[in-house]
Amino acid sequence: MGNKQTIFTAQQLDAYQDCTYFTRKEILRLFDRYRDLAPQLVPLDYTSHPDVKLPYELIGSMPELKDNPFRQRIAEVFSEDGEGNMTLDDFLDMFSVLSEMAPRDLKAYYAFKIYDFNNDDFICKTDLEKTLNKLTRNELTEDEVRMVCEKVIDEADLDNDGRLSLEDFQHMIVRAPDFLSTFHIRI
Amino acid sequence: MPPKRKNEIAISVEDVGMEVDVVSDSGSEDEARRRAKNRRVKPQRKAKRVSSDEEDEEDEAPRKRGRKKKAKPRDSDEDDEEDKRTKEESDEESEEDRGKTKKRGADEESLSEGEMAALKEQVEEKKKLIATLRNKPWRMKRRLVLLKEAQEFVETFEGALGKGKGRKLYAYKVMMAKKVIKFKRDFENFKTACIPWERKIKEVESHFGSSVASYFIFLRWMYGLNMVLFGLMFGLVVLPEILMGLPYGSIPRKTVPREEQDTAMDFSVLNDFGGYCKYSFLFYGYFNNERRIGLLQFRLPLSYLLVGVGIFGYSLMVVIRTMARNSNEGGDGAEEGEFTFSWKMFTSWDYLIGNPETADNKYASITTSFKESIVDEQENQKDENIHLRRFLRVLANFLITCSLGGSGYLIYFVVKRSQDFAKMEKENLSWLEKNEVEVVMSLLGLVCPPLFETIAELENYHPRIALKWQLGRIFALFLGNLYTFLFALFDEVNEKLETEKSIRNATIWALEQYYANYSSHFNTTDVPPPNVQPADVIRGPCWENAVGIGFVKLIVSDMQVTYLTILVGDFLRAVIVRFLNYCWCWDLEAGFPSYGEFDISGNVLGLIFNQGMIWMGAFYAPGLVGLNVLRLLSSMYYQCWAVMCCNVPHERVFKASRSNNFYMGLLLLVLFLSLLPVVYTIMTLSPSFDCGPFSGQEKMYDVVMETIEQDLPSFIANIFTYATNPGLIMPAVLLMVLALYYLNAVSKGYQQANIDLKRKMKMVSMSVLLHVPSFSNISRVQDQTNDCAVYSWTL
Repeated sequence: MGNKQTIFTAQQLDAYQDCTYFTRKEILRLFDRYRDLAPQLVPLDYTSHPDVKLPYELIGSMPELKDNPFRQRIAEVFSEDGEGNMTLDDFLDMFSVLSEMAPRDLKAYYAFKIYDFNNDDFICKTDLEKTLNKLTRNELTEDEVRMVCEKVIDEADLDNDGRLSLEDFQHMIVRAPDFLSTFHIRI
Repeated sequence: MPPKRKNEIAISVEDVGMEVDVVSDSGSEDEARRRAKNRRVKPQRKAKRVSSDEEDEEDEAPRKRGRKKKAKPRDSDEDDEEDKRTKEESDEESEEDRGKTKKRGADEESLSEGEMAALKEQVEEKKKLIATLRNKPWRMKRRLVLLKEAQEFVETFEGALGKGKGRKLYAYKVMMAKKVIKFKRDFENFKTACIPWERKIKEVESHFGSSVASYFIFLRWMYGLNMVLFGLMFGLVVLPEILMGLPYGSIPRKTVPREEQDTAMDFSVLNDFGGYCKYSFLFYGYFNNERRIGLLQFRLPLSYLLVGVGIFGYSLMVVIRTMARNSNEGGDGAEEGEFTFSWKMFTSWDYLIGNPETADNKYASITTSFKESIVDEQENQKDENIHLRRFLRVLANFLITCSLGGSGYLIYFVVKRSQDFAKMEKENLSWLEKNEVEVVMSLLGLVCPPLFETIAELENYHPRIALKWQLGRIFALFLGNLYTFLFALFDEVNEKLETEKSIRNATIWALEQYYANYSSHFNTTDVPPPNVQPADVIRGPCWENAVGIGFVKLIVSDMQVTYLTILVGDFLRAVIVRFLNYCWCWDLEAGFPSYGEFDISGNVLGLIFNQGMIWMGAFYAPGLVGLNVLRLLSSMYYQCWAVMCCNVPHERVFKASRSNNFYMGLLLLVLFLSLLPVVYTIMTLSPSFDCGPFSGQEKMYDVVMETIEQDLPSFIANIFTYATNPGLIMPAVLLMVLALYYLNAVSKGYQQANIDLKRKMKMVSMSVLLHVPSFSNISRVQDQTNDCAVYSWTL
């Protein structure tokens, strides 16, 4: 096969294909997208694993993310430093999880992390309030927000500790009819 | 390269071992691993662990074993890694370890049975890890390191598994397996590269959200299905006839009759699918009834019948398979309303949205839906006048039934009238009179849905319920129209059958006359066939062609109307709103006309019914499938363009996922309904005597009988006669009904069990937190077994 590209070695591409849900072409396309964000920062040769990170401001301005109310959380969850600055690996990781092929359990795991704003491995009331306000752009009154959050905890909290653990969340989300179709970014 | 390595296993083991260590030393993973190792080796390994570490431990274990094994052969080198370990481990253990190492180095060549099994198990484990790596919620760096190690481990030790003579074979097998994996991956890459319009759909998706995109995905799916149907029809029916059959002009059915020849190339005639179109391979009548044609002795009539039925079989299979897959994907049916708020909270944002306007609408719709649910929840929604509402709903349904009945009658009336027109002189008819049926049907399809929507305003239903009603009504309208059209067509067919009978008798009589005259005149019994030009032969009306033409005209006019609607209703409207807005007294964009929205349900239903007509018409017009492929292709580009250029995102965004199977269900229903008339005509009506592949047969399916009798060995024919005996069919049907009953009972039982299990699971998860220790016990036991495996391996 005539490999014209010299960005990755064949082994690197194979490894990426093993680690993500992407095909060779998609990986190269994702690399292009990544590089387009900051052509002056990202080298065209990745065979020697250069240590390049793009700041969150650039990642968040992608058209796929820029209208998403949770974009900052997504970037934070998938970036290795937890602040939204992403290497190419993180970038691939993010879109792999959000791709169509990723299984429900994996998606549920990351969705939990995204909605867990304070990183305490539980979705508690403050997390829920934040989520709701982001979803509705603060259009609901405080009473309404409180009521909705109580209802959510009431519905999904199986062990009655007043917050949602990963198990609670998974139990609830795998039954949702449109979780798979909405928690998904096509690139 | 792999086989070579297998031969020099000892050396390569050393090499790889070094390599791995170097790599792992550099990675930050190593830190964690060393910690894990410590835990394992040191006596306090049975201490409780934090849950996150357990997960690590599980996949750490095999790797450790691998590392240990790799480290063994180079006991003479004083590696720094070895050093570290000695420092970490307590004295006696390291002593023991060295002893073991020495022993291992000695009998490296011959592995015992137990070791072999353990190694095999490890290799399998590694392979599994490689296959499922992408499902693990780890960072990419860690995954890459793990992958590399696992691959190297597998590569190194796979060769050691076979022994003696089996080794080479094993190496070969492994190599082939690798090749197969590589091939599969390339094939997968190729397959995804072949899926068309991925970028286009993505673009639409980011502008309008997943619901509008679902229409285009459905359209693409339909295109794929039609491509297969097209391949079947053209590959097995049309191409053989064109390549191997008689050429145009050789026999009457392939020739334009004398009286039509002058106008056969006129546009107006061709536009009505008369003239050369009518006597081309587009329609049923063109095909010859010769049993075998060409070099290949291709049985065309048989192939025609089988393809006609096979199209239905294939479509049925594909639709049902897709439905099954879809139902697996959706949520596994928790009760409605169990998680209303949670689902709204966590799944209502559509991550696909990449357009500020759509995002605004989405925010608005989410807020509204939350407010609605809150209101529902508080249940202070009082029906101020329930009687009025009931009255309005009854009234609305009455109005809609009236309009449905009216539209049905209108179509019946028009079709009847068109039959009268058909008997009159063609020149006296205007274009409208000739195409009345198609125009009326398209107009009804255009006018009725908005009318229904207006009437539905009276009912004041919840939008989702209203959408369901609306879909149901449009469906009823289309179905009613289609079936009225069919019944009227059947009337016409019966009439044609009558005239055909008289023409047939007349032809036979004329032929007899000719023979009698000829033999009396020349006084011979050796009569040559009458010398008549194929264009001059008297021919029957060929009802199959009439049906085929009816369907093709319907499809074409439907297509024209759809495209025109888009052009006028969307494009022109958008242009007017956009440019007249500068000089108008009110705000056109925000006010009355504004821009159009993309009508998902209407478009999907249109597509489904179009497909239904294709299924019905394909048997009598083989060219219809090709026409449909073109139509779908063009409408993909055209609608993509139209939606991107002149539509605005929905204000109320409906979700598409669940309705996916809803549409599929409709498609299945339509498929079944279009199967009925086709099978009916195949089984009951007798084909025309002078056109089509079944001419001369009493019934169409006689072709199959003929083949069974003449071309298959006689015992198979016997089997068929027994199989078609009612005495055998009745018990078979009975058996099937019983099986259905049994399966139904079983599935009910499973459902019950499912519910029970769910309840139990809930109870268990309730009590989980109270009994956390029991879980850590289990994991500890697992660790122990792992450790046992390690020991048995190192010993």
